[in-house]
Amino acid sequence: MKEKKEKAECLKAYKVRLDAALENTFLRTAMDNFAVAYRTSRENAFAGMDVDAMIQEVADIKADAIKNNEALLEEFTRKAVANGIHVHLADTAEDANRIIGEIAQKTGSKRIVKSKSMTAEETHLNPWLENLGLEVTETDLGEWIVQLRHEGPSHMVMPAIHLSRFQVADLFTDVTGTTQDAEIERLVKVARRQLRKKYIDADMGITGANYAVAGTGTIGIATNEGNARLVSTLPKVHVALIGIDKLLPTIKEALSINRVLPKNATGQAITSYVTWITGPSECKPAAGGKREMHIVFLDNGRKKIAADPVFAQVLQCIRCGACANVCPVYRMVGGHQLGYVYIGAIGLITTYFFHGRENARNLVQNCTNCGACKAVCAAGIDLPKLIKEIHARILDEEGHPLKSLMLGKVLKNRKLFHTLLRTAKLAQKPVTGGTPYLRHLPMIFSKEHNFRVLPAIAETPFRDRFERLNSPLKNPIHKIALFSGCVQDFVYPEQLEAAMKSFARANVSVSFPMGQSCCGLPAQMMGEKDAARDVALQNLVAFENEDVDYIVTLCASCGSHLKNSLPDLVKEYAPEKAAAFAKKIIPFSQFMNKIVGVEPMEGKGRKTAFHSPCHLCRGLGVRQDPKDLINKSGNCYVATAEEETCCGFGGSFSANFPAVSQEILTKKLADVEASGADLLVTECPGCVMQLRGGALKQGRDIQVIHLSELF
Amino acid sequence: MNVTLKENTQEFIEKASLVSARVYRVKDLASALDKALELCRLKLPCDSQMESEQKGTDPMAGEKLRIMAAPNLDEADFTRLDKACREAGDVQLISENLRAYPGGIDMGVTLVDFGIAETGTLVLNSDSEETRLSTMLCETHVAILNEGKIKKTALSMADELNDLTGQASSYTAFITGASRTADIERVLALGVHGPLELVILLVEASS
Repeated sequence: MKEKKEKAECLKAYKVRLDAALENTFLRTAMDNFAVAYRTSRENAFAGMDVDAMIQEVADIKADAIKNNEALLEEFTRKAVANGIHVHLADTAEDANRIIGEIAQKTGSKRIVKSKSMTAEETHLNPWLENLGLEVTETDLGEWIVQLRHEGPSHMVMPAIHLSRFQVADLFTDVTGTTQDAEIERLVKVARRQLRKKYIDADMGITGANYAVAGTGTIGIATNEGNARLVSTLPKVHVALIGIDKLLPTIKEALSINRVLPKNATGQAITSYVTWITGPSECKPAAGGKREMHIVFLDNGRKKIAADPVFAQVLQCIRCGACANVCPVYRMVGGHQLGYVYIGAIGLITTYFFHGRENARNLVQNCTNCGACKAVCAAGIDLPKLIKEIHARILDEEGHPLKSLMLGKVLKNRKLFHTLLRTAKLAQKPVTGGTPYLRHLPMIFSKEHNFRVLPAIAETPFRDRFERLNSPLKNPIHKIALFSGCVQDFVYPEQLEAAMKSFARANVSVSFPMGQSCCGLPAQMMGEKDAARDVALQNLVAFENEDVDYIVTLCASCGSHLKNSLPDLVKEYAPEKAAAFAKKIIPFSQFMNKIVGVEPMEGKGRKTAFHSPCHLCRGLGVRQDPKDLINKSGNCYVATAEEETCCGFGGSFSANFPAVSQEILTKKLADVEASGADLLVTECPGCVMQLRGGALKQGRDIQVIHLSELF
Repeated sequence: MNVTLKENTQEFIEKASLVSARVYRVKDLASALDKALELCRLKLPCDSQMESEQKGTDPMAGEKLRIMAAPNLDEADFTRLDKACREAGDVQLISENLRAYPGGIDMGVTLVDFGIAETGTLVLNSDSEETRLSTMLCETHVAILNEGKIKKTALSMADELNDLTGQASSYTAFITGASRTADIERVLALGVHGPLELVILLVEASS
């Protein structure tokens, strides 16, 4: 079992671990296959059902249960005690371990069998019991494998997903002293035989629970292997360790969640077994013919989380593991590198609460903010937002690094920021040699950032070109204001220039408020929440006197941030203004396709792939408009595999974790190449930067442009 | 047969088959028990999970003797099935002390309380330890379900489930297919700790 590390890992050591994972070919293939297969199985499992409504129901049920947690705990305890169950409440992980150790000692239990419990992983229960001289055997096949390897699980539902059949065969050869073939069916039978003995000899069984039903004092446990049934049937003592967040009012709520959990976890309609124990159940060899049953409820910070207005939703998690299944970073590096005990997006958040800041510090930065986890979450948790919140909280507690502080300070002062960008333009001359690319990276970037060619800062930013490009219209059909974002303003003004031509052709009048600044997302990504709020307020001021129908942006990341995050950032300062502002935000593609309704035109008929920016498809829910526009531009849209998977940019993510970013990018470009397209269109300058730079660096024959440049 | 019953039965069979359960329709309980015995005699004798364990008690039957457990049948049905087993000669029927068979038994035969069409799930009140063990220590679990007890969804029978689980000492099992795992390379394998296969005998509602 993974023991709490003596000393917190530094970022550099963490990166070394990430590099090693990236070089693990088996892991990479296994993760890739899983990521693709999972999507299909999940889709099939939910076929014909209203997934969004089901997820909303889970979210509502859990949110209510968290609010009423105290009453539910009281009710459960009353019922369970009346039924003859011993109920304990553990404030901390150590308390829980101590209670369970004492139960073992009091009942004279020496040998313990366990079924899978993430909560027991959370408290590091096994090493505690082993220190008391007890023998603990995990009976879930995957958990048993990782236990024998002295590892922690690398996935909440599939603990040994990082291992190959050959590794398992070698392990089982050691355990049985007989050579075992790497044939999965046979390996499973080896486990069946080895573990059967353990069940028979065990004095005590430990399980977790997926549900704790207060109305009847019942626990519900979902398993596929059936091990929890044996663990709770053969030994004379049964202890269930359960987080207080698992409490629900009645079996009805548990059944509603159970409809979603297995489908979202593994694409199964239901697990092979769901066991409902009101207990203590019949146990013939036990005194009185009944098993001694204990339930240990674990707080370990949960009550504090429940009282936190921002983080309470963390407790809605039903531990399906889907946030790992769809995470582009998890896919590259596996669970041991993307979690401490809890894996995946939820793990980045809970590690801070359950296992401390020192174990969360590095993890929480390893997020591209692609939003795939939020889109798949069974309980509707806004995971990317909470990851950023944790990051900000850690910085507030530990002090902000100079780089991040500087960025925050600079962003807050638009004039200073823009002056710096203009100065940078002059300073970069020696490295660009007059080309539009940075040929050699300046000193601030290390060599490993060299996986893509980075663009240079443009000669003239868009804001200085606007007056020249804009010709007032007499009877415009629409009045819009343009939000450029820094990258297009200072690096890719040509993308906005192209859009200006489309607007003019469509008789759309455009204004460009000069007071606009960075959208604030980069500051939020780096945990500089104050700076993000300040620029949000500046942008509100810049646009407040604009008499326009829409605020159009060509940057999906800016658009999604302005529409979804800005109102939350300024809710204590200007909620109405923010709401009005956010309502007007619309991405270029949606505006041109739906609002303007551009007509199809003649074009070159090039086979054109589309990279769907995370913040466009998931952030703004826009999926079809860009594809329609590709066809309307006289080119031919071709579908690519995993069109909606992140390109690996993620703003500061690609600077912090270049090796991971590069691998995600390579996969993306390979998918585009395989589609036969030679033109790749996207709708976010960040994605353009990543994809174009990568295609150039890797010598791939793919031209990358912004959607606006098609017209 | 009314329309809902027919639809539920069809859906149940379809969903149970998806998780590799074998479903047979039989006209009454007696035929169900005959079918169970037939299947038991056809199966390979149990592969004991313990090193040195006595199998059965009849020395004449030797290695070929199969153990069948049917702890939740009523006395008359059990007696009838026991007689059939004795006549067959190669199946020993038991109803208790399943703990004495840690290496496993060939077949567990249980009457189940409900079916859930939506997922092909069986609902079994397993408060009795023998009933529980008969469904776990066996290689083949034969579940006998009355068609009329098939409900559309688990949620639609929340009240019944609330009653079942509301009793102290209650141990209620949802069983869907055989024991399974995909923990090694996500390859599906049946029969990790519990049954290697699940057979469902659907008794026609009219009986």
